[in-house]
Parts: sequence; C-alpha cells; structure tokens
Amino acid sequence: MDITVTVNGVEYEREVEARKLLIHFVRDDLDLTGSHIGCDTGNCGACTMIVNGQLVKSCMLLAVQADGATIETVEGLAEDGELTALQQAFSDHHALQCGYCTPGMLMSATALLRASPSPSDEQIRKALQGNICRCTGYWNIFEAVRAAAK
Amino acid sequence: MSNSTTIAPDPVEILAPAKHWQGQSVPRKEDKRLTQGQGVFVDDVKRHGMGYIHFVRSPYAHANIVSINKSKAEEIKGVYGTLTGEEVASLTDPFFQLSTPPGAYLEDYALAVGKVRYVGEAVVAVVAETRELARDASELVEVEYEPLDAVVDARVAQEANAPVLHEKSGSNLMWEGIYEWGDLDAAFAEADRIVKIKELHFHRFNSTPLECDGALVEYNRGTGQWTIHTNNQFPGFAQIMMGPAMRTGLDKLRFVTQDIGGGFGNKITSHPQLVVCCLLSRKLNRPVQWTEWRTDFHLSMSHGNERWFQDTEVAVESDGTLLGFRTKALDDAGAWLRYEPLGGVIWAQVTPGVYKWRNIRLEFTQVATNKAPCSPNRGYSRMQHLWFTERVIDIVAHELGLDPVEVRKRNYVKTEDMPYETPNGCVYDSGDYAQMLDVALELIGWNDTARKKEEAAARGKLLGVGIGSTLDSGTNNFGQSRLINPELQFSGNNEVATVKLDIFGEIVVTLGTTPQGQGHETTAAQVVADILGCSFDDVHVRAGHDSYWNSHAGFSGTYASQFAVTGLSAVKGATEMLAEQIKRLGSVILGGVPVDALELADGFVRIKDNPEAALPFMACGAIINANNAGLPEDLDVTLNCRYVYRPPFQVPDVERKFGNLTLTYAAQIHAAVVEIDPETGHYEIVDYAAVDDCGIRIHPQIVEGQVMGATAQALGAAMHESFEYDDDGNLLTPNFYDYHVPHAMDMPPLQTGYIESPSPFTPLGTKGMGEGGGAGIHAVCAALQDALRGHGDAIVYDSWNPYKRVWELLQHPERARALVEVVDA
Repeated sequence: MDITVTVNGVEYEREVEARKLLIHFVRDDLDLTGSHIGCDTGNCGACTMIVNGQLVKSCMLLAVQADGATIETVEGLAEDGELTALQQAFSDHHALQCGYCTPGMLMSATALLRASPSPSDEQIRKALQGNICRCTGYWNIFEAVRAAAK
Repeated sequence: MSNSTTIAPDPVEILAPAKHWQGQSVPRKEDKRLTQGQGVFVDDVKRHGMGYIHFVRSPYAHANIVSINKSKAEEIKGVYGTLTGEEVASLTDPFFQLSTPPGAYLEDYALAVGKVRYVGEAVVAVVAETRELARDASELVEVEYEPLDAVVDARVAQEANAPVLHEKSGSNLMWEGIYEWGDLDAAFAEADRIVKIKELHFHRFNSTPLECDGALVEYNRGTGQWTIHTNNQFPGFAQIMMGPAMRTGLDKLRFVTQDIGGGFGNKITSHPQLVVCCLLSRKLNRPVQWTEWRTDFHLSMSHGNERWFQDTEVAVESDGTLLGFRTKALDDAGAWLRYEPLGGVIWAQVTPGVYKWRNIRLEFTQVATNKAPCSPNRGYSRMQHLWFTERVIDIVAHELGLDPVEVRKRNYVKTEDMPYETPNGCVYDSGDYAQMLDVALELIGWNDTARKKEEAAARGKLLGVGIGSTLDSGTNNFGQSRLINPELQFSGNNEVATVKLDIFGEIVVTLGTTPQGQGHETTAAQVVADILGCSFDDVHVRAGHDSYWNSHAGFSGTYASQFAVTGLSAVKGATEMLAEQIKRLGSVILGGVPVDALELADGFVRIKDNPEAALPFMACGAIINANNAGLPEDLDVTLNCRYVYRPPFQVPDVERKFGNLTLTYAAQIHAAVVEIDPETGHYEIVDYAAVDDCGIRIHPQIVEGQVMGATAQALGAAMHESFEYDDDGNLLTPNFYDYHVPHAMDMPPLQTGYIESPSPFTPLGTKGMGEGGGAGIHAVCAALQDALRGHGDAIVYDSWNPYKRVWELLQHPERARALVEVVDA
C-alpha cells in the first residue's frame, strides 16, 4: 500500500506492507532510528512517538494506520542541534545512562509538559508509567522533568 | 591448613595532578547524541542487501529432534537460506568448556544438535529479505520432536532417576567443589549456640536490558574476515569462545560496538548467536542481521544463577559473635554452561561477606536443568552469596533475640583492620562498613523506629526495617578460574587505552571497553584533561569498541565493576606517556630547556618560569605528524601512546583455594522500611536509603546513577521479577506483561549517601562499582522478616517475595519456622 506521512515536518511517500508496524516503518524505511524497540508487546515505551498530537506506542500501530498522519519523533525535538529544555534537563540531572529508553521517555515527557506545563509529582510519575527504564530507577528522570517544567 | 597469607599488593602512591576535572559531575559527553536519538545501537546498523535472521525455537523443554524439514520455508521468494544444527556441527567444533568433568563433556554448539534441552533453544535459523518474512518462513520449518521428561528443579535434577540432559556427563552434575578455610570443628566446639537453617532459595531473574541482543555481521571473502557489529559486552570472551569453535584466528573476528542499550552482564554470552550470524553471512554471501525479540531474550538469554543453600549451620556466641558457618550451595545452571561453572568460584571473592567470621565451609554443586542457560547478571554469583550471608545474620539475630543492627556492627570487618585479608586470601582494600550503616540508619530515621511501628500498627499495618550490607568486588583476577579447573591458563586482568595528539592538536582517546551507559567517554576525558592540563571539551573519546583499533587486550570489555580501575588506569598510563612525550618535544623546540623545567597548561607545553615561552599542542601535533624534518634522530616521540594496565595479581593457590581474587571492594549498605498489609500480604517500601563507598569518585553523579539503577533492579527482583517455569519447563514470564520490572509508579522514595575510602591499590584511588551486590534484595528480605516478628515469626527464606508469598508467611508461619532451629552447642 502507498502511504504518506509527515515526520518532523518532512513529508514521506512510501509503499509499505500492510502488516508492517509503524515503528519498523519509521526505523527501517525512513531510517529514523532514534525511536527504539524494547519489548514487542507495548509495555516498554521505547518506541513512543507523538502521532497527530497524541502519544502513541508505535509498535502498537500499523504503518498503514498512520497514512496521512503528522508524526513527531525524538529527532524532531532539538532545533538546529539546540537541545530543548527537557533534553538539557535530562543531561543535567543524569536522567539517562545507556540512552536506549531516552527517546521514548522524552516523547512522553514532552507530551506531558505540553498538556500540563506545571505537573505535580504524581502527574509526572503517571505520565512516565508506560516507559520502562532499566538503568536509572527513574528518580533522576523525575528530577529532570520537574526541572524542565515551568 | 597453612596460615600463610596472600601477598597484598603494594600500596600505590597516588601522585594526583592538580585535579580540576576529576571529581566534578561534568556534563556527559554521551548525552548530546543520546538525547537527540543520534546514538548508534546495533539494530540501527544497516547494510545493502542484508538478510534478517529469525530463529526457530524449541517448544519443548527436553526432546529428541527426529527430523527437520525446511524445504517449504526455503521455497518462498525472498527467503535467502537457512542453517541447522547439523550444518553447525559439521562447520564448527563445540564451544570450549571451562569446567572439569563431568561438565567438560558437554558438546555445546551454536544451534541444537540432535536434541533440545530447554524451551526456546534455537534449532534452525532462517534468513530472509525482511524481518517479517523471516518470521513467517520460520513458521514453515517442520521440526518433528520426540518429547522427553524434563527436570526443572535443581534438587530433583540430582536424584538418581532424574532425566539426564547431557548423556556424556552421566548425570546432571556439572561441577562440584569443596571450599573450607579455618577450623570448623573448633569453631563449632567453641560456639554457645548453633543456628541451623534447612533451606534458603535465591531465585532466577536477570536485569533484562531494554535493548535485546543483536548483531550485523559481514563476511569479507577476500580476507576471510568477519566484521561483527554487535552489542556483546565482552568481546574478548566472545572471541576466545568463537575462534576455536569456528577454526579461525581471532584476527578474523573483528568486533565493533558503539552504543549499547544496557548490559548488566546479560550481554556477555551471545557467542552462539554470533557464530550463527558468521556462518550464515559466509554461506549466503551477504550481510545478515539478527535482533533478538523480547520473548527470545526471556526464553534463552543469560538468566541469573538460581541457588539453594541447604543444611546451613552457623556457630555463634551468645552475644552474637559469629564464629563460622557451613552450608551446601546447590546452583542451577540451566541447560548449558555458557559462562559457568565460573559462578562456582566468583562468590568466593566475598566469602565472609562484610563480616569477620574466619571458619567457613561451603560445598558447591552445580547441576543442569531444562531451563535457559545461566550467565552473568549484575552482582554475578556474589549477590547470591551475599544474600545468603545477610539472611544468616538476620535469622541468627532474630532467633537469638538480638538486634540485627547490633549483630552487624559487632561482626563487621572494622576500618582499622583494613586492608583485611579474608579466610580465603582476598584482600579487602579499604572501607568503613559501620560508618556507612550509621549514615544509612540516619537517612531512614532509625532512632524513631519504635514510634513508627506503633503508628503503623494503629493503621493496621506491620512495619519492618531491614539492612542489606554488600560488597561490589571489582577488577577480577581471572586466575580464580583455576579454582574451577586447574588446567585453565587464565590469570590476572588487563585493559588498554591509547591517547594521541593529532595534526591539528586533537587529543583522541581510544578505549578497549564496551560501555552500556556508564559514561566512559566522560570519565576518561576527565582523567586526560587533568593530566594534560587542557579542557575537558578538548578531549575526544571515541565511542565504542573496535578490535581494528588495536586498543584492546584479552580481557577488554565492560563487565564486573572495573572501569574506574582497569579502564581509567589505562587512560592515565597512556596520557602520562603522552604528556612526557609532549615535554620532550617541547624541550627540543624550545631550545633545549630541561624536561623538568616544562609544564603542561591551558593546551600548551611551556617553561614553568617563563610561561610566555610556550608551544601549543596544535604545533606539537603538526610537527610530529606532518612537519618533522630536522628533528633529532634519537627523539623517540610519536605522540600516539598505548598503555596496558595490568593489576598486581598472583596466581591463586589452587590446592588451598586461596588468593586475592579481586583488587577492589566497593561496599553498599542499604536500609529499607516496609509496611505490610496483613490482610493481603501487600506491602510497600515507605522509606529507603542506599549508601555507597567506591573510593575516589571521578564523577559523583555517574556513581550515584549506578547506585540508583542497581537499587531499582534489586527492588524489582525482590518484589516482582522471576523467571518462573511450570513443571514441564515452560517459562511463565516470557515478556514484560508477566515479568514485571519496576515502572515509574513503583518507585519508593530514595535517599542516597556515600563515604569515600580510597583504594590503596589503584592508581587513582578508585574502586570498580555499579553492581551493588543486590543490596536491595537483602534489605527488603530483612525488612519483611522484621515486620513479621511477633506475627508468627516466619523467617524469610526466599529472595523473591511477591505479595502472595508474604501472605503465605503470615498465614502459615509454621512452614517457614520449620526451616530453622537453634541448638545449644
């Protein structure tokens, strides 16, 4: 099937197998490898993207379902290499170690801060509940999101 | 037993340069790419025309392979080819076994040959144009099995009529050894009381790095060399396993890594899969790519060692002074010995734990079962043993009516006894466990415990406080492998770094390590910048490992808590060589001033008394690399320096099982406060403190990050995570639905603390760290047992305590009580 998607402001037109997952499409066909795969079952959130303004685990969506969609991935956060406040806070607060969960974590936190610029601690924890990190124990991630919040 | 002692390494004189960058939590160099999705992880590497590998795996825990028919799969357009165990057996030799017989008789190949021994064992590999097609085609491979009885319990595996996994070994016994030091008879004769613990069980789990294993392998037909882009975290080990099996020299196995999505030891033993990739890339004459699926990881990769401690007896005086113990450790290795039976000796790095007992006997038995093979997992083998020693402390204290905190303090190795030689010849380099405990207790408000218990009781909750004391032994002496098999020719350790000054003054550092989030690029640059007197920002550390760079040695990799010692000592050595060369060049160019009169500062070599007379690094690099005519013939300066750090080790005494097995001993003392709902067994961690001592900290924030991560993994393991099997050998937790790792909502409040006891044996005063020894598991078990006092007095006998077990401990304390007995000596 032919689909058209706009990812981080760039329009892509591609032929795609009907069964292909959105995450595999973005990683393998568009070569945007910032979003990762950690579980295959929708648990880990490493593949989290913002699709039409909504937070989505992109392993839970077929590429064809994203036809016509506007997609944001981690590669689209920084502009001209200038880190967003959230990305900078992740570095400042050592909220990442191996960095594998980080793209999904950043997308979840970005969506949270858009919806709630000054979230409570409980909101932060809930917003990150769908993203697994095995390195940090989350504590520094909470700190980073708090710091980036207004 | 002889009383002669280990020769402790000579203390290293630490001539620290003026520290500017070291000790600071500078921004990590890795973060810029990793926060922008610009890391390069193994699944990100692509090649033109590459094929995707999918493994056909066994649905049976134990079965003979009757026949394999792959023709339907191979007929499909887009399927490039397959590989079977039979082909593997003709193209390779079995992997080298570390064990003495009977474990030595295992014939372990990259794919199952003739028989499968656990659910998920790889039987056939299929390669196709897309990952979806490879998966589909795998479904069409017809494997006919003849099922056999399976054994999933190590205790049953020992029985005479148990199903046998490896016929050539004769039984399921893989390795056994008796360790005894001191005078057990005297200790038990001297004791006032003997505490007997029938059985304790350390459960099976691992750290489940978020990135699964993988590789992209290319074969160069002209040179016969494979390039293996992978996330294997110990290429040195993988190479020595793969080379002989593949009948090839190690120069033909080029390992390349960049970013690795967590390792925790679980990415050491991917050599079977890498062999499959190599054979297929050669057979199909195309690059092949393998990315493990999450369920494949859970089914088959690197489970942590499950261990039983049986018939334990502890000799103790009435005041809680520990004299000695004897126990039988029964270790469940799973179906193959992929790194085992090294777990049979690694525990001995921490034989007495943090305690002074001098008389110890441990009979170690390792058996095979129809479960996934065990391999290192954060805290490898020491965690199991330290959990055991901590359980013993709490059980002894409670059974004798003593305070677990007091018993710990009474028996801790004291700071004035450092360096302390353990009964088996290990040397604890430095530390102050009692002080760490005080810090931890203060952080959780220990003095207020009685009031908190009452307050919780008023709410219908049972509150308990528990301590977990551990050691994070680092920088292995690989000579300890000889205690497993005296024929093995391994000893010592090493790591490599190169530091060069290039044409335009670039300072370029290359490491032999394979970091998975530990920030090696950052900490290496801190050390270099301080020695060269330049900015941290001017130091460029290459990301990852490439065996083409000649910056590796036999033990290169990132595992077993050692980078701050092995890696950074190599960096220090290479940088000091470079600094000396820059000065010698400066001496020539600046008109023959003595080298001693020069200093390095602000990116210049200059005359100390006349800083105006200075040569920038850029000029030094340009002269040596591109403008060197007329230099003195005897000026031996390359500005490209390679240093191999080799820790000071001796080969252990194999007969006495005695010697220094690791160079440094970082320590962790954790304290947990839990509240149990007695109606349901549900419990929460309401307060938690983790105190760490890893000597000099190069980057405090990275150290704290490791402490936090190790804590989170331990809490997950203590409360939720377990690789559980049914009686037929089916894994019941093959994904993140059933295997619950901690999520954001699960995290308790955490406070961290530290002390710094510099290691006298390492060039930077550092100690390896990061594993944390599972202190959180010990602390949670201790806290639960404390909460249960006065409510049936169950002992906590398992390392895994989900709510259902706590409920059982409350409902049927007599079952746990039956495991413990105190007798007067």
